[in-house]
Amino acid sequence: MDTLGWGEIIIRILIQFIPVWIALALTFGLSIAYKRRLGLYGKLFDSMIGMIGFALVMFWVFTGIFGGAFGWIVTHDVLAQISGLKNKEPGIAVPEAEALGLYPYYLMGGDNLARDVFSRMIVGAWEVMKIAPFATLFAFMVGITLGLPAGYYGGRLDTFLSFLANLILAFPVILLFYLLVTPEIVLTGIPVYMAAVLFLFPIVFLTILFNARFFTQPAKRNLYVGLVLVIGIWIYLGIAWDADPLGIISFPPNLLVVFVAVVFVNSPTVFRIVRGLAMDIKTRDYVAAAQTRGEGPWYIMLWEILPNARGPLIVDFCLRIGYTSILLGTLGFFGLGLSPESPDWGSTINEGRKLLSIYLHPALPPAMALLSLVLGLNLLADGLREESLRD
Amino acid sequence: MGLFILRRLGVMILTAICLTFIVFFMTNLTPNLEKLAKTQGNFRMSDAEVTSWLGQNGYLQPMPVKYAQWLGVLPGWTLEVEAGLRGRCVNGTVTPEVMAEAPRFCGILQGHWGTSTVFKTEVGEIIATRLGLTAKLMFWVMMLMVPSALLLGVLAGMREGSRTDRSLSTFAIVTTATPEYVSGVILIAVFASSAVGLKWFNGTATGAMEDASFNNFFLPVLTIALYGMGYIARMTRASMAEVMTAQYIRTARLKGVKFRDIVIRHALRNALIAPFTVIMLQFPWLLNGVVIVETLFNYKGFGWVLVQAAGNNDIELLLGVSVVSVVVVLVTQLISDIGYVYLNPRIKIS
Repeated sequence: MDTLGWGEIIIRILIQFIPVWIALALTFGLSIAYKRRLGLYGKLFDSMIGMIGFALVMFWVFTGIFGGAFGWIVTHDVLAQISGLKNKEPGIAVPEAEALGLYPYYLMGGDNLARDVFSRMIVGAWEVMKIAPFATLFAFMVGITLGLPAGYYGGRLDTFLSFLANLILAFPVILLFYLLVTPEIVLTGIPVYMAAVLFLFPIVFLTILFNARFFTQPAKRNLYVGLVLVIGIWIYLGIAWDADPLGIISFPPNLLVVFVAVVFVNSPTVFRIVRGLAMDIKTRDYVAAAQTRGEGPWYIMLWEILPNARGPLIVDFCLRIGYTSILLGTLGFFGLGLSPESPDWGSTINEGRKLLSIYLHPALPPAMALLSLVLGLNLLADGLREESLRD
Repeated sequence: MGLFILRRLGVMILTAICLTFIVFFMTNLTPNLEKLAKTQGNFRMSDAEVTSWLGQNGYLQPMPVKYAQWLGVLPGWTLEVEAGLRGRCVNGTVTPEVMAEAPRFCGILQGHWGTSTVFKTEVGEIIATRLGLTAKLMFWVMMLMVPSALLLGVLAGMREGSRTDRSLSTFAIVTTATPEYVSGVILIAVFASSAVGLKWFNGTATGAMEDASFNNFFLPVLTIALYGMGYIARMTRASMAEVMTAQYIRTARLKGVKFRDIVIRHALRNALIAPFTVIMLQFPWLLNGVVIVETLFNYKGFGWVLVQAAGNNDIELLLGVSVVSVVVVLVTQLISDIGYVYLNPRIKIS
């Protein structure tokens, strides 16, 4: 068989992505049809920049889910090496593919270990999707739980927490990664203790959230808080301590370290943003009204201040997922935390760069993938900002 | 103002002490020390031998004591062994006479930074040379980044919503969305690889360490500058757009002042206050970029040393690198705070 031409490669790649195209078309069709009923999300479809950003982000979300979790889009196993295809150009034919039941081409060529670049890029998207949104969410929980009281009460608490946040922010990120994610530090168990502290925040946050809301309705309060505590502590034991009593939930230890490092780096910035917003909003009339009504401080923080700070927080959430993806790539680029065979984009770029002056195809696809995902998130944040400022 | 600077300085020193203690703690954990003992002594050492090696080199003291000695506020440890005396301030085992002449305090405050186990030379010396190389890189990054970012931001912000604004803002977003390891790879691929065939620049900057030329130095400089540029440009644009809607600008327009004069004479000065702080606060980020770019382009500067020290468990060197980077970050923060107050007469510190 011959090597494919560029036209044929593009057509074949487009065909591989068919599930993603269908999912994207469905998402956009439904969203545009019902956009007047969908609030801020619906308004996103009024801005061209927002739509482009959303399309880019959803493209990679669907690619990650379909390719990584379901294994649909990938053409070859990400670790399979086929001899003779080392560093071969895009569109190279796989020898004896029919006899072995393999896909007949390496659509984007082979890397320096003769693995399929295309499939690795697709699965790399899943690696990002598994960590980045959740790490950002955790960072937000930590930042909100600490930032609201710091901004609302001020005083000593604020001084202390701000000092801590500035302390972490003054660290060069890479140094922090090198200190946290090396095997020797992992041996001492410090990341696990950090996980134990950081992962408590979501439980604390949700418990206070429901307790403050349903304080006057004990039946409902007990139900919600009980549910949060049972499920939360179960997941907490499984993820942070790897001690799930039912043995269902566990978390790969090296992934835990990466997760903790990324949450740790992100939360001080979120803290600063939330603190600033809380300081601004606490002077509003509706907060004074709630105080006069005799509402508790946590009710005011979580149900009066937080909902009114959602605009900037949602925008920052999008930007921060992008930044987290960049951080994950940085970790991969320096070979920290992730296994060397891992198909994540950072590691793949790092491997591909070594032969960059001769072979471009192993390094460029993951680089462009990361670029387009982060660009999409930035455009999405821009669109959201524009639309949320409009009303 | 004086009191404000003093208070900020106090907080800064406290921060520096906390941060260096954290780094000291993390690098002096038991697994790191055991690894150090095995690389310095012998890989087949038994646990007892490792403990005795650590004891002979003063690593088994309590953490705060070790930290104070390293800092130079407690006298360095001394130890009597069979062959003579050992101590923090002397090399190896020495006689009592030599020991008596050695200084009692030897920490970073006295200028004793220790010896690197990877490069086998004084840490202070390594850091000084490498920092010089990185300063060269940073200088050119600043020379490229700041003017172009400000120009970009002012051009985009002076007519908000125009086509120029749209396209320049998009460009700024694209650059902020491209981390250095992506833009570096793309730039090398396009301009330096034989696969594309342009070969305008060198793909490595190793030669630039002695003799920097446009050819071998432009790509690394551009890579760092691009990432920071977008952010500064967006801040400048926002601040410029805000100034352009101010009352006094409208007055000037109604008076019939030319648009060019309005921008240059009236708007620019007020619009550049906010970007100044942003530029100063970019330093910690640039430090990140420096590490990536120096690794990518094989330019053996400060960032490259950081990677070497961290990757090879070179405790003294890593500590030195951390101290320098933490101080750089804190000093720039201080300058940005003071500069902001200085530039903006509306803010008063009482």
